[in-house]
Order: sequence, then structure tokens, then C-alpha cells
Amino acid sequence: MTTETRSVIVEKEFPHSPAKVWRALTESSLIEQWLMKNDFEPTTGRAFTLRMDPVPNWNGVIDCKVVTIDEGKTLAYTWATMGTETVVTFTLTPTSSGTHVRMEQSGFNPENKAAIGGANYGWQSFLGKLDKVVGELE
Amino acid sequence: MPSSTDRVFKALADPTRRAILERLIRGGEHTVHALTELAGVSQPMVSKHLLALKRARLVHSRRNGRETHYVSQPVALAPLVDWMNDYGAFWKDRFDRLGELLEKMDK
Repeated sequence: MTTETRSVIVEKEFPHSPAKVWRALTESSLIEQWLMKNDFEPTTGRAFTLRMDPVPNWNGVIDCKVVTIDEGKTLAYTWATMGTETVVTFTLTPTSSGTHVRMEQSGFNPENKAAIGGANYGWQSFLGKLDKVVGELE
Repeated sequence: MPSSTDRVFKALADPTRRAILERLIRGGEHTVHALTELAGVSQPMVSKHLLALKRARLVHSRRNGRETHYVSQPVALAPLVDWMNDYGAFWKDRFDRLGELLEKMDK
């Protein structure tokens, strides 16, 4: 059994204040507009779900629990779906022109179900893009 | 010569192949016969799909008498995880949406 895990890291700078970005990350109605339907509440330890439309072999539900809330700076929650639990951490850093946002989703294990969950997840979610990628392989 | 990533992507580009692989991952070893009953397509089609999965090293086969038994090799999905690492496509897409939302929000 390996203990090696992998992370997905995405970073981007937004020309908006950390306070505004924080709202988009922590207000349920705003989260729905960019991420998924949810019943998020900004309370440490609070369980919530993120929901996408169900697809074959996946009910579209991601079970989460708030791990860290450091207002305007750090938000972390667990992300469990299809027998896989990862942790999603958003880190906000103010810059001269706005806010740098770093998202790290950690805990993917390539040798167990996490990889399968991730792969299925990837396939269901990225199908449009994958069709293009696969097309370009021909 | 396609890379292993290409083969994994191609192998998983078909819904029937994904269903067969998922059956093997969740249910352990199956014979071609058993997979055919579950897949709802002809045995030659199932064999063809299994060959594509085998080329991608997503499944492993062994002969036992007249039956060929297949098991999944989930470790071969690692290129897909790498691909997620490299592109983080889901989160990039969501970050684009976040940017659009921030533009619409009040100051």
C-alpha cells in the first residue's frame, strides 16, 4: 500500500478584492453560480453537499465538511464522492491589483479507488473537453 | 506509436468500455461470457472492447480452459490522474466561471 498521493493545483489572479472573492467562495447562492448547487454554511465542522446533475454511474453528489475557515484567507473542506475523499483548500493572497487564489485538491491516490473516483469524475465532468482531446489524438 | 495516456483516453472514450471497466473494478474478475451478459452487446463486441482496454493496460486477462478471465488494472488510470494534475480542467473551468461571477457582483 503506497502512501503517495497526488494533488490538483489551480492558481489564478482575479482583479477583485479578497473580500469579494471570499464572498463568492462562502455564500451559498454565489457558490452555486460558479461551482455547484450546495447547502454550504461557513462554519467549521459543518457538513454540506455539492450537487451536479446525475450521470450514469454517478449520482452527482459530493459530500463535504468544512475543515478550515480563516476569513478572507483560507477555506478548506473535505470532498468525498464515489468512495474517495480528498481535501479542497482555497488560499487567498492580496496582490497589488486584486487577489491571487490557489486551489489545491489533495489526497488523490493513484493506486486505489481515489484514482477511479477521480477518473470517473474527470470523465463525467470534462467530457466535452475530452471529446476534443481524443479527437486530436487521431 | 500512441503514448500510454493516449491509449487510456481512447479506451475510456467509449461508454460501453467504461461500463465494462467499472464492472471489473467493482465486481472483480469476470469471464467474457459473464461480461457479455451484463453489457447488452454481442460477445465479439465485448471482446473488441476488452482488447482496447487490454492495450491500454486497464485490464489483464488469463486463460482458464475455454474461458478467458479479465481483471481490472486500476493503476493504469494513473495517466488520467496525471492529466488532471497537468490541466486541472475542472477547476480551471470553474475558476473561469468564478471570474465571470466576480465581474457581475457588486463591489
